Amino acid sequence: MTKTAFLTDSTICIGCKACEVACKEWNEVPADGMDWSGLSYDNTKSLGASTWRHVLFLEQPQAAGPQIADTQDPFRWIFLSDVCKHCANSGCLEACPTGSIVRTEFGSVFVQPDICNGCGYCVVSCPFGVIDRRPEDGRAFKCTFCYDRQKVGLMPACATACPTQSIQFGPLDELRERAKTRVMELQERGYADARVYDPQETSVGGIHAFFVILGEPENYNLPPAPEVPTVYLKSAWTSAFVSAAVLFTVVCAAFAVR
Amino acid sequence: MASPKPKATEERLAEIRRVAAENAATNGGTNHPQIAGQGSYYNLPALKPPVWTWEVPLYFFIGGISGVSSCIAFAAQLFRADPSLIRLALWIGLIGAAVCPMLLIADLGRPSRFLNMLRTFKPKSPMSMGSWILVAFSGCAFLGVLTNELVLRGFSFPIVFAMRWLGEASGALTGLLLASYTGVLIGATAIPVWSQNRKFLPAHFLTSGLGGASGILELAGFLIPATQILGFVTSGLETIFEILFNVRKPAVDAPLHHGRYGILFRTAGLLEGPASLLVRVFWRSAPAGRHTAAVCFLLGALLSRCAWIWAGRTSAKMPETQFALQRSGKTKP
Repeated sequence: MTKTAFLTDSTICIGCKACEVACKEWNEVPADGMDWSGLSYDNTKSLGASTWRHVLFLEQPQAAGPQIADTQDPFRWIFLSDVCKHCANSGCLEACPTGSIVRTEFGSVFVQPDICNGCGYCVVSCPFGVIDRRPEDGRAFKCTFCYDRQKVGLMPACATACPTQSIQFGPLDELRERAKTRVMELQERGYADARVYDPQETSVGGIHAFFVILGEPENYNLPPAPEVPTVYLKSAWTSAFVSAAVLFTVVCAAFAVR
Repeated sequence: MASPKPKATEERLAEIRRVAAENAATNGGTNHPQIAGQGSYYNLPALKPPVWTWEVPLYFFIGGISGVSSCIAFAAQLFRADPSLIRLALWIGLIGAAVCPMLLIADLGRPSRFLNMLRTFKPKSPMSMGSWILVAFSGCAFLGVLTNELVLRGFSFPIVFAMRWLGEASGALTGLLLASYTGVLIGATAIPVWSQNRKFLPAHFLTSGLGGASGILELAGFLIPATQILGFVTSGLETIFEILFNVRKPAVDAPLHHGRYGILFRTAGLLEGPASLLVRVFWRSAPAGRHTAAVCFLLGALLSRCAWIWAGRTSAKMPETQFALQRSGKTKP
C-alpha cells in the first residue's frame, strides 16, 4: 500500500479552524475546554488527547514584507494547522508496552483504543508533545490519520474540510516533491525564510505530516532537532549494567569482610 | 462615499483582550497581548508532562529496595552470612515483588487491562522490559523464599539446595534489573531533565536501593560490619552525587534546583547524602545512631524518586531550554 502523507502549508492557511471542527466531528473527539487564551485567536493552545488538529496564530513584530496584517500597527500574522507528525521512527510506537500503537498499511501511526491500558509511557516518549492520556477515559489518544476514512478511499476529514487546500493529502513522495517546489516558488516571490519542516536528518527519520513554514521551527513550538528516545537506550542500559556489576562487587566485598 | 470603518481595529482587539483578562482568561502564564516568535510559541509547553501519580515514585522506591535486597541475600549466602539475615533479605524481596504490581496496576488509566502489558516483548521499550523483569523477579523471589523456608524446616535435600541457589542467583540478577531499569525507563524519553541525566539515573537508583535495603536490615537489628560498610558506601556516594549536582547546574537541570520540586530534590539529596553520612560517622557505635542514619537514607530515597519524576513535569514545560539544547547538539545520543 502506498504511504500517504499530509502537507500543511502555513502560507496558504487562513486560520479558519475548519480542520479543527471537521476532525472533532468526524472522530467524535470530546470537548477540550472553553478557554479564552488571549493569545491571538488561538484558544486551543496545543495538541492533546482531545485536540488532534490545532491552529496556531503567530503574531510577529514586522511592519513590512510578506504576510503582513494591514491594521493600524501592522504585524506579521502567520497561521498553521498543527497535527500528529506520524513519524517514520515514532517515539510513541517504540515506547508502547502493550503493542497498542502500530504502523498501518498507509504508513501512519495508530493507537488501538481497545488495547491501550493507559500506562502513559507514550506521553513522555513523543518528542513533539502530541499524544496524551484523556483523564476521564484513561487511555491515550491522538490523530488517527482518519484510518477509517482512508480504508474506504476517502481523504482525512481535515483535508476535506480545508477551504484553501492548505492541508494537502496524497502519496508521501509526491507531497515531498510538492513541498520542495512550493518552497522554491515562495522564495522566488520574496518569502526568504520559507522552508519545509520534515526532520529527515534526525533519528526520527522524517515525518509523514510535514509543513511549509516561514521562519524558525521554534516559533511554532516545533523542535529544531527532534530525536526518537530509543537512541538513548544504549547509554542508559550500559550505565545500568555497569552500575549493577559494581554494586554486586561492593556487596560481596562487604560480606567477605564480615 | 467612504468605505465603512473596518471592525477589526486595534481598539477592538484591545477591547477583546481586556474582556478576556477580566473573565479570568488562561494564557499560558504569560502577560497578554504577547508577541509570539521569540524562541518558542508564546512559551507554551512543546512536550507533554508525565501523567503518573504517587504510585509510580513509590514503586520505584519499593522496587529498588526489594530488588537489591534479593541481591544482598545471594551475596550473603555466597559468603555464608547469618542465615536469619539471608532469610529476611529474601522475604523483603518477595514482599516487594507482591506490592509492586499492585502499585503499577493502580496507576494505569485502565487498570482492568493490566495483562495487556504482557501482550508483547519489546526490548526497545523499557516499560515492556520492566513488566517482564517484574514478572521474572516475582517468580525468582518466590522460588528463593520457598526453598529457603524448606531448608530452614529441615528439607535438606540436594535438589532443594540446588533450587535455592537457583532462586537466589536469579533473584539477584532480576532484582538488580528491577532496581536499575527504572532509571532507563525515564532516561530514554523526550523529557529533557531525564534524558540528559540518563547515565546518572540507573546508578543513582541502584545506590539508593542498596542503602535502603541495607538500612532496613539495620533497622531489623542486623547491626553487623557488612551493613555498616554498605551504609557508609551508599551515603558517601550520594554525598558525592549531591555535590556534583550543586557544582554543575546546566539550564536543563533547572527543575531540580528551583520551585517546589527543587526543594524536594535538595531535601532528598541532603538526607540520603550528607545527613545520613554524618550521623553514621559521628554516631556509629550506638544502635540508635545506625537506625537514625538508616531512616534518614530511606526517607531521602523515597523523596528522591518523587523529586525526579515530578521534575519531569516542569521540564516538559520549558520549550526554550528544550530547543536550545537541541540547537547545541546535546540531544544527540
